[in-house]
Amino acid sequence: MAKNINLTIDGINVTVDEGATILEAARKLNIHIPTLCYHEDLCVAGNCRVCVVEQEKVRNLPASCATPATEGMVIHTNSMKVRMARKHIVELLLSEHNADCTKCYKNGNCELQGLASQMLTGDHLFLDLVPDKKYTIDMFNTAIIKDDSRCIRCQRCVRTCEELQSVSALGVAYKGNKMKISTFFEHSLFEVVCTNCGQCVNRCPTGALIERNYIDQVWDAIYDPNKHVVVQTAPAVRVALGEALGMATGKIVTGKMVAALRRLGFSSVLDTDFTADLTIIEEGHELLNRLKKALVDKDPTVALPMATSCSPGWIKFIEHTFPEYLPNLSTCKSPQQMFGALAKTYYAQKRKLDPKNVVSVSIMPCTAKKFEANRPEMRSSGYKDVDYVLTTRELGIMIKQAGLDFEELPEEKFDSFMGSSTGAAVIFGSTGGVMEAALRTAYEIVTGREVPFDGLNIVPVRGTEGEVREATIKIEKVKPEWSFLEGVELKCAVANGLAHAKTVMQNVRDGKATYHFIEVMACPGGCLGGGGQPIPTNKEIRTKRKMAIYEEDMGMPIRKSHENPEIAEIYKEFLEKPLGHKSHELLHTHYTPRKRY
Amino acid sequence: MSEQTLKRVDLIFGEYSNEKYKVLASTLERTNDDILNDLLESGLRGRGGAGFPTAMKWKYTAETPGDEKYVVCNADEGEPGTFKDREILYRVPRKVFSGMAICGKVIGAKKGYMYLRGEYKFMVPDLIKELDSYHEHVKELGFDFTIEIRMGSGAYICGEESALFESMEGGRGEPRNKPPYPTTSGFMKKPTVINNVETFVNVLMIMRLGPDQYKKLGTTDSRGSKVFSVSGDTPIPGIYELELGMPLDRFVDEFGDGDTKAVQVGGASGFCVPRKKFKDTVIGFEGVPTGGSMMIFNSSRSMYNVLHNYLEFFEEESCGQCTPCRVGCQQLLKGIVAVKKGEKKALYLDQLMKLSESMKITAKCGLGQSVANSFSSIVNNFKEEMIY
Repeated sequence: MAKNINLTIDGINVTVDEGATILEAARKLNIHIPTLCYHEDLCVAGNCRVCVVEQEKVRNLPASCATPATEGMVIHTNSMKVRMARKHIVELLLSEHNADCTKCYKNGNCELQGLASQMLTGDHLFLDLVPDKKYTIDMFNTAIIKDDSRCIRCQRCVRTCEELQSVSALGVAYKGNKMKISTFFEHSLFEVVCTNCGQCVNRCPTGALIERNYIDQVWDAIYDPNKHVVVQTAPAVRVALGEALGMATGKIVTGKMVAALRRLGFSSVLDTDFTADLTIIEEGHELLNRLKKALVDKDPTVALPMATSCSPGWIKFIEHTFPEYLPNLSTCKSPQQMFGALAKTYYAQKRKLDPKNVVSVSIMPCTAKKFEANRPEMRSSGYKDVDYVLTTRELGIMIKQAGLDFEELPEEKFDSFMGSSTGAAVIFGSTGGVMEAALRTAYEIVTGREVPFDGLNIVPVRGTEGEVREATIKIEKVKPEWSFLEGVELKCAVANGLAHAKTVMQNVRDGKATYHFIEVMACPGGCLGGGGQPIPTNKEIRTKRKMAIYEEDMGMPIRKSHENPEIAEIYKEFLEKPLGHKSHELLHTHYTPRKRY
Repeated sequence: MSEQTLKRVDLIFGEYSNEKYKVLASTLERTNDDILNDLLESGLRGRGGAGFPTAMKWKYTAETPGDEKYVVCNADEGEPGTFKDREILYRVPRKVFSGMAICGKVIGAKKGYMYLRGEYKFMVPDLIKELDSYHEHVKELGFDFTIEIRMGSGAYICGEESALFESMEGGRGEPRNKPPYPTTSGFMKKPTVINNVETFVNVLMIMRLGPDQYKKLGTTDSRGSKVFSVSGDTPIPGIYELELGMPLDRFVDEFGDGDTKAVQVGGASGFCVPRKKFKDTVIGFEGVPTGGSMMIFNSSRSMYNVLHNYLEFFEEESCGQCTPCRVGCQQLLKGIVAVKKGEKKALYLDQLMKLSESMKITAKCGLGQSVANSFSSIVNNFKEEMIY
């Protein structure tokens, strides 16, 4: 049991566990102390100093986020000294910050702006430092834009990149007045180890790190009478979009989202979940193939464990950090890219459209998807498979721009074909989802029976934030053609957040762990915590989104990918068979090693 | 003119004992409590400038549980106008190492580090020679405490103890949040004593002379002597060891050029004392404390330029992590320039004064907190020079 600490904040007594900070104690009393550099997901920095409070009998004002509560402490959060200091600090930040808010992408969703308006600074106590600073904007990246003029040096991004993702693409450079957040040799984010995961974007309190937005390009395509604009929506978007439009966290808004997309003018509103199901079929067969090669043919070149390839942040991470394990990646493209390749081939044929007039747009919870869509590997349809990737946030902006009252929209259904999906596809949005979906299908292919879990819920592989999930599934009473798998214990690992992915890969490399199948999602909690999701983010928000995802799965009439009727149809009409020639051409790819520096 | 001259002391730079590491050897035979009592009795306070009681620092660290503890000697002498540690390390390194070893014994550390200012690289060969001899002697004494030299790389902030630890650990030299203090979490997050070069020498001299003799020097609040780095408008710049607690007017009589307008006590982060306050100012912890820097300015000097120079220094040497220091320093500098140019009204100085007060109470470390010292003391005392 932790020791109790008693202290007084603004005249109210409060008891907290030993080790709790003054900030946590104040929150317990619903006393709001403003913060900027503080973020629940990250270690405490204590460098913005916005959260200072007055402690009786102490000369200096401690930062409440970084100072542990001690017995008998008497704290004032709104004394004259505190108000003056806080005002000065916010004014100082504003003096260094490009406060041209109406030109900023984060206008209206900026923590510094919020603080300034809350405190009614407005005086401009100090001189404007911005003109002397010669700030630069890194616009070279296809996914993330870094604008130093908006940066307030809180280092949330640096901590995110290092602690959550173990990527460390962003770091602090120089000191004093020249101190800034930078990259290796100040290269563009495009040229360094950045995975484009966007976790920094999710946590940047200002507009210093934002996604590259393609809103105008998408509007142009919609308004172009010669273009047929197809839109696909990723599984995790439907449980978070509501947040961007003022709704409560964890609401499932699939139907309203479809209605909104239709009203925005997209020619056809389809579902990435369809290709998620397709991914399961392809990837499931790929896994079984690899197992057969390893177990029956004793082929020493077969790369096991096989790792999922749906998360483009993870792909870029492995290219940089574990390039020797690239053969272990599933050759399946991500559902987004499978969809894109089919939109300009199968879909165009079926709708009798010239693929050059098809514009394919995807709505993703992700910033790395923007990078992925621009990869040279992703043009197998003969065109750019996915033309524009919008984040959940960008879709929210478009809906606001169009003046739609989102909450009042009716629930509508996806267009068909490539619009039908299963519960297995929905759970792609949460960590462990791809694993679970793959097992639901692969187990049934091999044994002819459903997975032996209550209600198809393979809870042991459902990932948890902040840890690596390991599970073993025993395969028994197999069909004759899969006899080599009889009694095999399939070992799986599920990791979310690149720091944990790194741990898994290091364990594999060092021989500390053996697996057959690894699922990695670059972002905490999986796609539901993706870099393109509504801001703010924290564990509580992500947990609610996760609950919504599994609720959506439970509510689906079909919950196994191989039972999706449109999947059967596409194999019959177009792809012929899993891992067949067409699949190979359109749905699979290979990646190339990259250097760390 | 005062008739009494200042008491020159020869404690720090005094000759070594006739036998190498003799005082260390005899001290190692004493009990830790005994040593701590002597230190407490002596009233020794840290010589880096902040003046924390040395005995207490050691006691807290000794009491913190843990098998792994460290002694660190802060030789990152970076305060403008301070150059006394260089002299101490050049002339009496043996005393420094002995003081560190005594600390190692008291707190139970087996490893000591000297964090040496990057610009003092030229001293390394000599220091290593002395260290080799030190290691031989402690080996003979059967005492397990080794000392290693680590080099700084030129950042002023790395003289701040927690930034120094970060730097030693291979990180960026940025101060940490306090608490925890080094006594519980210092180098490698282990309990650590970090003291200034001169403090360790004082410890050794207390062990040699005994606290009673040591206490004869200085005043109740400021025991012992202090090595001063005297620079500026003086005919006799250099290093002087003087008794603590002296009035500033007597110091100026002795070191000034007869036209002294102000003395900056304690370097850029210290206080500026104008002529009219010389008489009432005591150099010591009860008055104006100093890490050793005494910069003398005569009437030919523009105090605006002096302040401008200091602020330029701080603006560059702030680590940049906390808002009050990073942006505050830039604002103070730009602010005085704007007032001087007439772009801002003289009243703006009051605004800046309030800002410096905020910096003093909100900055993360001593650097940002102490910018206000020189700023307010110069602006308050030489306001007309700031404006016209």
